[in-house]
Parts: sequence; C-alpha cells; structure tokens
Amino acid sequence: MERHSPTLEVRRVTKRFPGVLALDDVSFELRPGEVHALVGENGAGKSTLIKVITGVYRPDKGQVLFNGEEVSFADPRESQAAGISTIYQEINLIPLLSVAQNVFLGREPRNSLGLIDKASMNREAAEILERYGIQADVTAPLRSLGLGVQQMVAIARAISVDARAVIMDEPTSSLEVREVETLFGVIGQLREEGVGVIYVSHRLEELYEICDRVTVLRDGRVAHTGRLSDLSRLQLIAHMLGRELAEVEKEGATGFSEEHETAREPILVAQGLTQHPRLREVSLDVRPGEVVGLAGLLGAGRSETAKAIFGAEPLDSGSVRMEGKDIKTGSPGAAIKAGIAFLPEDRKLEGIIPDLSVKENIVAAAMPRLARAGMVSEKVQAELVEEFMQSLGIKASSPDQPVRELSGGNQQKVLLARWLCMNPKVLILDEPTRGIDVGAKAEIQKLVDDLAVKGLGVILISSELEEMTEGSDRVVALREGTVVGSLSEEEITEGNLMEMLAHGDDSVYGIQENGGGADG
Amino acid sequence: MDREATSNKFLDISTVTSWVRGRGVYVAFVVLAIFNLIVTPNFASVATLSTLLITVSPIVLVSLGVALAIGTEGIDLSVGSVMALASAFLPLYLGYGWLVGLAVALLVGALAGLVNGSLVAFVGVQPIIATLAMLVGGRGLAQIFAGGQSLLVTDPVVLWLGQGRPFGIPAPVIVAGAAVLVVWFLARRTTFGRYVVAIGGNRSASYLSGHPVRRTLLAVYVISGLLAALAGIVATARLGASDPSNIGLLIELSAITAVVVGGTPLSGGKVKIMGTVMGALLIQLISNTFIANNLPFTWAQVLTAAIILVAVYVQKGRGVA
Repeated sequence: MERHSPTLEVRRVTKRFPGVLALDDVSFELRPGEVHALVGENGAGKSTLIKVITGVYRPDKGQVLFNGEEVSFADPRESQAAGISTIYQEINLIPLLSVAQNVFLGREPRNSLGLIDKASMNREAAEILERYGIQADVTAPLRSLGLGVQQMVAIARAISVDARAVIMDEPTSSLEVREVETLFGVIGQLREEGVGVIYVSHRLEELYEICDRVTVLRDGRVAHTGRLSDLSRLQLIAHMLGRELAEVEKEGATGFSEEHETAREPILVAQGLTQHPRLREVSLDVRPGEVVGLAGLLGAGRSETAKAIFGAEPLDSGSVRMEGKDIKTGSPGAAIKAGIAFLPEDRKLEGIIPDLSVKENIVAAAMPRLARAGMVSEKVQAELVEEFMQSLGIKASSPDQPVRELSGGNQQKVLLARWLCMNPKVLILDEPTRGIDVGAKAEIQKLVDDLAVKGLGVILISSELEEMTEGSDRVVALREGTVVGSLSEEEITEGNLMEMLAHGDDSVYGIQENGGGADG
Repeated sequence: MDREATSNKFLDISTVTSWVRGRGVYVAFVVLAIFNLIVTPNFASVATLSTLLITVSPIVLVSLGVALAIGTEGIDLSVGSVMALASAFLPLYLGYGWLVGLAVALLVGALAGLVNGSLVAFVGVQPIIATLAMLVGGRGLAQIFAGGQSLLVTDPVVLWLGQGRPFGIPAPVIVAGAAVLVVWFLARRTTFGRYVVAIGGNRSASYLSGHPVRRTLLAVYVISGLLAALAGIVATARLGASDPSNIGLLIELSAITAVVVGGTPLSGGKVKIMGTVMGALLIQLISNTFIANNLPFTWAQVLTAAIILVAVYVQKGRGVA
C-alpha cells in the first residue's frame, strides 16, 4: 500500500438535521499508519462525522472513500465488514460471555459440522490478545475483568477483523494510567501495521503523546487540520473554541453588564470534593453577590462539581458548608433546604417533567417546602406561578399547558422559575443558555446579572467563552477533575482563560502570561 | 361507514379524535351500555347493575394500586397473590375478634407492599421483577399459612363486608367507592400524588427537585398492598370462606388492562384514577355482555384484547391522520 494515498477520505460532506446543520462541507483524510486526532467541543460534529463514516447516517452531500473507492455503507455492520472498526466510549460487549466469545462475537469459527469450534476460537483469541500485549484469560467471563481490560478486549475485537481504519471514541475515559500505556502500545502496533486510527479525546496530553495529525471541528465545520506538533496547546484550544489568539475581550455581546458588589465572607464553601475517578480534591467558594465561573473543557469535571455541591452525586470525600454550617452531602433535599438551587445541564433529561404542566413544573422544587399535611393550597401555587410567569416572561397558552409544548427558551425559564421561587442563596447554573434562541439567551443572562446584584451567589458553567468572561466575577478552572487555577476579575480575558485551560496545571497559583511553555 | 362520513361533514375530525383520545374509555363504556340496553334482556335492572358492580369491586380496588405503580413508571404484578395472602390470614385471627382479623389481613398486605417497595426503591430491583417474585411467592406463602385448605368465615361483621346491603347498595361497592375517592384525592390533591407523576415523568428531574423519590416509591407499593389486601378481604367475605388457591388468580392482568385502557400510559408520568375505574367497568361489562347473551366467553377475551390494543394505539397519538 502506498504510504500517502489515504485509507479513508471524507469529501465535502454536508449533513443536516431538522433545525441543525450538523456537518457543513467537511473534508477529512486518514492516512495509513497515522493516528489522527479528531477534536471539538460538544455539538461540534464529531459524532455525526463518525456516524457518517460508519454508515449510521447518510450524508446529504459529499462522498466517503475507503481504500480509494467511494462507499456508501447501509449500517455499521457493513462498514465493519469492509474494514472500519469503531470502539465506543462505553463498552458494548456481553458481560456474561467469555473473552474469546466476545472477541469472536458474530463471526465464530465453525468446525466441519457447522458448530462453533471452541478450541480454535480460544486459541486464536489468546494469540490476538498476546500480540497486543493484553493479559487476560480468554475463557473467563468478560465481567470478571477490570473495566480497563474489558476496554482492551473491545479493542482486540475491533482490530482482529483485519481493520484498515480504527475509530476510537474517548477510549481512555475508563482506563487507569497503566492501561492507557497498554492502549498506546496497541496503537503503536497498529501504526506499524499501517492501520489508520481516528482518535477522539478531550485529554490534551494524550493527543500530543500519541497523535500525528489533528482535525478540529467547530459548529459542523473544519476549523483546522494539520500536523499536531505544529500547534501549541493554546492554538489548539483557540481553534476548538473559535477564538483568534490576538483577539481580545469583546464587549456587549452578551446580556451581562453589571459589576457586582461582593461581600467578603463566602456563603458557600466546598472543600476537597472527591469522587473517584471524576473529581479530585475540588475546593471552591462563593460569596453573596458574586458570579463564579467554572471553566474547563468537556470532561473536565464542571458538571460533576456542580452536582457534587448540590448533593446529586454521592461523594467519596469532601464537605460543603453553607453560611458556616456543614450540609449533608449526597442529598439534593438537604442542599435545597440550605438554600442551594441547581439548574442542570440537560434540560430534557434532568430538568423538565414533560407531561406535567407549566404550573406543576414551576412548583416542583417548592412542593416539599410548601406542603402542609401533605397538601399544597391551589391558591398558593397559582400565585407563585403567576408571579414568576410574569416576572420571567414565560410564554405559554396557560399555566396548565404541558411544559413539553414550550420552546427551549421558555422551558429554561420555567426551570429558572422552579428555583427562583425558592428564594435560593446560591444558584448553580450549568449551561443555562445552551440550545435556546438569542433573545431568551440575553434575557437569561440579564436575569443572572440582576440576581447577583441582589446578593445571590452564582456558580456559572458555560462552554461559551464570552458568557464566561463577561458573566463571571471570578473564574475557577478545572482540568481532569481537579482545580488548576483561577482568575480574578481583572485577569478575566478570553486569552487568559484559554491559556489556563491549556496549561493550567503549570501555574497552580494563578496564570502566568508567558504561555506556550513546555509542561511536564 | 355512512355514519362516519356524515360526522366528517359536520365536525372537525381532529377535534373529535383528540376529545375521544382523552375519554375513549368513557365512550366505549357508553356505547357498550347502549348496546346492552337494546340487546340484552333485563339489562336495565337493579339486579344486573349490582351484579356488575359487585364483581368489579375487587378489580377496582387492586387497579387503583396498580395505577399508582404504573404512574411511577413501575408496575405491581403481585396484587392477586396479596389478595390470597390477606384471604389466608383473615380467618386465622378472627378468633380474636373481627377487628384483629381485619387488621392482620391488612397488615399482611402492607408488609407485602413494603417488601415490593423496598426492593424497588432501595435495592433497585426492577418493579416487574420484584413484584413478579411476590406474585409467585405470595400465593405459595398464602397456601402454606392456610395449611392448604379453605377456612370458613362466620364473623357477621366480616361477612357484611361482602354480603351486606345498606340502603340497597352492596357493601363491596361502598368499600371500593370509598377507596376510589381516597386514592383519587391522594393522586390529585396531595404532594404525594404530584411526586408520583413527577417520578414517572422524569425521575432524575424529580430527584433534583428535592422530591423524596424513594419514600414515595415505597409508599406507592405499600398502598397497593393495602388495597389488594382490602380486595382479598371483600372477596373472602363474599365467598364466606378463605380460598388462597383461587382468590385473585390472574386479577393482575385485569388490573393492568383497566389501568391502560383507562388512559394511564405504561411509561408513567400520568395517573388516571377515574379512567382506571371506567376501564375496570368496561372489561367487566364486556364479559357480562357475552355471558348474558350466551355468547362464547372466549370471544369476550378476544374483544378485550382488541380494546387493549386500540387503547394503547390511541394513546400513542398515531390514530390521527
């Protein structure tokens, strides 16, 4: 095989979903023996691109070429048969079957009677695992192995079908350090054999350690493609977030404007929040009237931190104090009682209760508090709902309309109303403006501003740099589940923020301006 | 065909279908009742009506609990076996007086519900599995405790629950009616009812809103156990004897049918108490219609099956063009 004719080529592919242009004229090339990083924030189009390649989706426009020929796979089975293997983030193998059975699932070797030839299956499976330095008993049931080894088995399965291209979607998210090394060994082996690897990950160190080239997607377009070693981390992040390095703080692009008077004593103090393996010793405080931005790339542990503070996830260790008093961790009820409110990231999965009315959704969190003898007066509910529908400008045909019929922005306002009617002291907002229209977005940003002026402490999580820099009075940056730095009010610029996301762990005590230094 | 065409001209068909979708069970019941008025001899008599209501009472009682469980995106398959358990225990303690006998029978039902609820809420067993275990094991236990035989019940107070007729109304109907009102009140007017539909509609959202998710689930299964025990008491009183082998046999299927036909989706998030009552009445009326007209009962089963499918289809909202 010639070294430079690509194994896999995507030519000017466009894919549209109702209301979203998921891929817009995207071209991509995977060469034999290269490890190609595919990066981008949530919604950038990575998974759509992978699904177009593997035949889950058909492109609206453009072509996919494999080994130089145009292909159009009807489903992932076909693409796998042709030699494109995909390893998903979550392991999709069968826990009760043996390792060998999993490796050969769906293509078991047969003997002359057409029955499964167990002996040769076990032998071949053992050979495959050995070739890649994976140590496991092939006759043991898969679930008896550690998560990392299971992931390795998934990889062994993927590459044993004589794949020419292997797609790895966040393969290290459940692996321990040592297992990551084994994985990198396997990838090195694949590279030797001339297999092309598409490597999706948010861990920058890994990308720089293992990948040759990189393609950055942003909003469904290719933002950059080229040799990874030519890019500094900062440049890579700039591409992902869509900012020029030289570009300085813009003004007036968001609904935020106020500078907030903040009190000295923190109202909320979270200390040493640890939840293996996602959070390590995260500490954070919030003062009344202060908006603390929680920054980080996807998978850095922002939502996990928010949930840990709110008690929505059990903690291995750590404490949360409100107004000097420890509150029980691992219990949303206790957090709510102490005056913490939490607007979750996923409106549909964790926010709205679709079949219930606007009214029932608004009073949902207030129900336990308002209940007298297990009942809440209809009048009290109606007044509360009326007040907040009006003050937040919630557009619904009536309070009794099912909330699922509302637009995204109005649903988000319903959820805000759910918390604001509790008079919280600390409000945690996880991506409060994602997926809602521009008008509603500015309204919500303005509202957050007003609330902070009135003395509410706010923790703000946003993937939008603008929202972060303009909305926050202070920014705390997370990376891989741990705090890597913070920015004070004067230091908050998009440049500094990106710098911290790229090199945060080099400058634990704040940010140094001389970016681009080698780390480690 | 002709009738449909005319209605098309005068009424907007989509308003009709959406009205029917919410109240299909009422419409079906009325249609079947009118059919019976015309066809079935002596249908419009007090005797026929009270037979219908008496037979349906145990089904209504257990359906109420099943409706709550389904509302939380769960299910309670064990109601028939819990009826048998209550029936088995009732005569064993009547020697201490009717109050003790009834209290023990109800307590047994509540305990069965507590086991179901704990498995669902705290252990995390899927409701269908947890209550299936109780379905199988409950009847076995009932037979063991009853010593494999049916015991006579002679206590007049208990017998009255099955056979009494204050003001001409059969006592089982009064018991079931009272239970309907209580559960309707719980579901519509209390925070508990709101938690039930919130958990069924979106469990994470409910949890993140600070709702007592586990406690609510536990309560749902305990209430269902209590209602099933009540149904078991009424059925035993009507027979005048306990019958752990047969009381409540397969009643869970009637209950699920009543709930689903009554407009409570199996995916939870809604609880239709009055719809459930109508659903129970409807399926009972179907079998009564077939029996009264000497039609083969097997066809009643086929018709019930068809109604279940139609009910589910209409709920999906795909019935409208």
